[in-house]
Amino acid sequence: MKKLTSRAPWFFISPYLILTVFFFIYPFLDAIFLAFHQTNGPKSKIFVGWKNFAFVLSDSDFHTAFWNTTIYALASLCLQLPLSLGLALLLNSKKDRLKEVFRLILFSPHLVGQVFVGIIFSLLFMPRHGLFNRFLQKMIFWGLDQEWLSNPSLVMPALIIVSMWMYVGFNMIYFLAALQNVDQELTEAALIDGANSWQRFWAVTVPAIKPVAIFVVIMSTIGSYQLFEMPYSMLQGYGPKDAGLTIVGYLYRTAFETGDLGTGAAIGWILALIIFVFSMAQMAIARSVETE
Amino acid sequence: MNKLNSSHITLIFLVFGSFIAYFLLPRHRPKIRAIQRYIILIVIAILILSPFFWLISAVFKDSDVLMQYSFLPPLSEWSSKTLNLKNFYNPSTDELDSLFEAEKTIRGEVHFWRYLLNSLFLASSSTMITLFFSSLGGFALAKYDFVGKAPIIYFMLGTMMIPGMLLLAPLYNLIYKIGWMDTYWALLVPGASSAFGMFLFRQACMSVPNSLLEAARIDGCSEFNIYLNIVMPLVRPMTGAFCLVSFLGNWNSFVAPNIYIQTQEKLTLPVILNQFVGVYSQQYGIFLAGTLIAIIPPAILFFALQREFISGLTSGAIKG
Repeated sequence: MKKLTSRAPWFFISPYLILTVFFFIYPFLDAIFLAFHQTNGPKSKIFVGWKNFAFVLSDSDFHTAFWNTTIYALASLCLQLPLSLGLALLLNSKKDRLKEVFRLILFSPHLVGQVFVGIIFSLLFMPRHGLFNRFLQKMIFWGLDQEWLSNPSLVMPALIIVSMWMYVGFNMIYFLAALQNVDQELTEAALIDGANSWQRFWAVTVPAIKPVAIFVVIMSTIGSYQLFEMPYSMLQGYGPKDAGLTIVGYLYRTAFETGDLGTGAAIGWILALIIFVFSMAQMAIARSVETE
Repeated sequence: MNKLNSSHITLIFLVFGSFIAYFLLPRHRPKIRAIQRYIILIVIAILILSPFFWLISAVFKDSDVLMQYSFLPPLSEWSSKTLNLKNFYNPSTDELDSLFEAEKTIRGEVHFWRYLLNSLFLASSSTMITLFFSSLGGFALAKYDFVGKAPIIYFMLGTMMIPGMLLLAPLYNLIYKIGWMDTYWALLVPGASSAFGMFLFRQACMSVPNSLLEAARIDGCSEFNIYLNIVMPLVRPMTGAFCLVSFLGNWNSFVAPNIYIQTQEKLTLPVILNQFVGVYSQQYGIFLAGTLIAIIPPAILFFALQREFISGLTSGAIKG
């Protein structure tokens, strides 16, 4: 290590420090300030105390947004992550040249930006003509006329299906990398001890991939709570009866379509708190399982 | 009427066939299992790729037959009436019904090329700037000991816990105050140095041996030249991975350009295509053609850098 006298590291790190002061610390403090003020565009400000928070928490639109986003996050957790793990287990074999190809294919949706995904799927979900409806009709004789994007009760299922398409392969990459780091000697030892494949999975694989699994669960929850662009472009707004309104969508609408930056900042704090509480809870659960 | 079709019969055949084979031919069980595995993987790969196939075939279909066929029309019906490039360029009409025709706005004509160039310029310059600052900072944090290093690292970890959406409203306020509304400064500067990127490069730089740096110092190499000529070539895999992540993020970014940029000819692809869906709501071909063009550059970059990318993406999660 170079000794303390050198100024070079400070020069190297100064761009980050300067940019952070202006574009992180200042906006961060301003977010506190704004959240307690009533604003009308960027110019006028009146101190209102906790009123912005009280308004948001009692606003029925916020309740809609909160439940929509929570359902979406739960679906990612309970449907998408097990599927990702299953795919990773399927792909995880030693001698397989096609593994790389499948990995690329499964990952490819992640390259498409959320807005573009929204545009593509807005047409795939069309009644009668959409590819998805035609596929359902062909396979299960149902769904040709379903109006996924204009029937309020079908909007969330549609969003969940799209998010499966986008993220299953992305999460699988992490699981697959973890599976390939599992100690082969342990697996072989378990095999010699006569453990069947189910027992081997629980006794060897699960503990080995647990750190990565926790990482993926937390990242997926954080990402789910920040969902916005895909439903916004797919529904060209927030959907029928706000059925596709997410928390960030509510923030965006309040801050930039209504022009109420103060309430927007308050929603930002509530979102940050929600994300903080959920990721802490997940870490606590993971830790308590570990000590058992 | 609900009738079983060929896809059902194939599925039933595959499922039952493999089960029967599994029990009748116990000696070949490993092989049969491998085949079952491939069948499942191929089905899933087809499901994942079908939106891409659909998009590619949709943009070449004439608007009259766009919705008639799921993918391409049968070979016998291929002709310039069913398959053509009218969605991209249509010289035969004066009306605006293809992508690369000038769009008339209040301030004159805007070509689709313009948005494509805007996006390319913004995503690549922003990637270069972020790459430079993040690698420089990451190198400093990995290879020097200085007062205040530990607090800076804790501070950076803290900033990564804050969701970016929290800062959206106050950043808008700030950009407005310093007069950067409707300029590219608003898109390039706030994200120019990322804590996440510095962590990635810090981790990569740790593996560079100190003796190499000492040898260079004895030879009279300046600290910046050590960074540029010794460290950067050694962390190339991370550079590739970071470039791709950063390019993807900027290329697909929607919220920032949408709230900061007002002038039509300064807009980027995600924003303009989202507008097209509203403006040309019935002319699917136009905005689908635009969408196809918009997903090509990230795909090219991904195929060029995919090896670095997958190892870089997972390295933090596995080691951490």
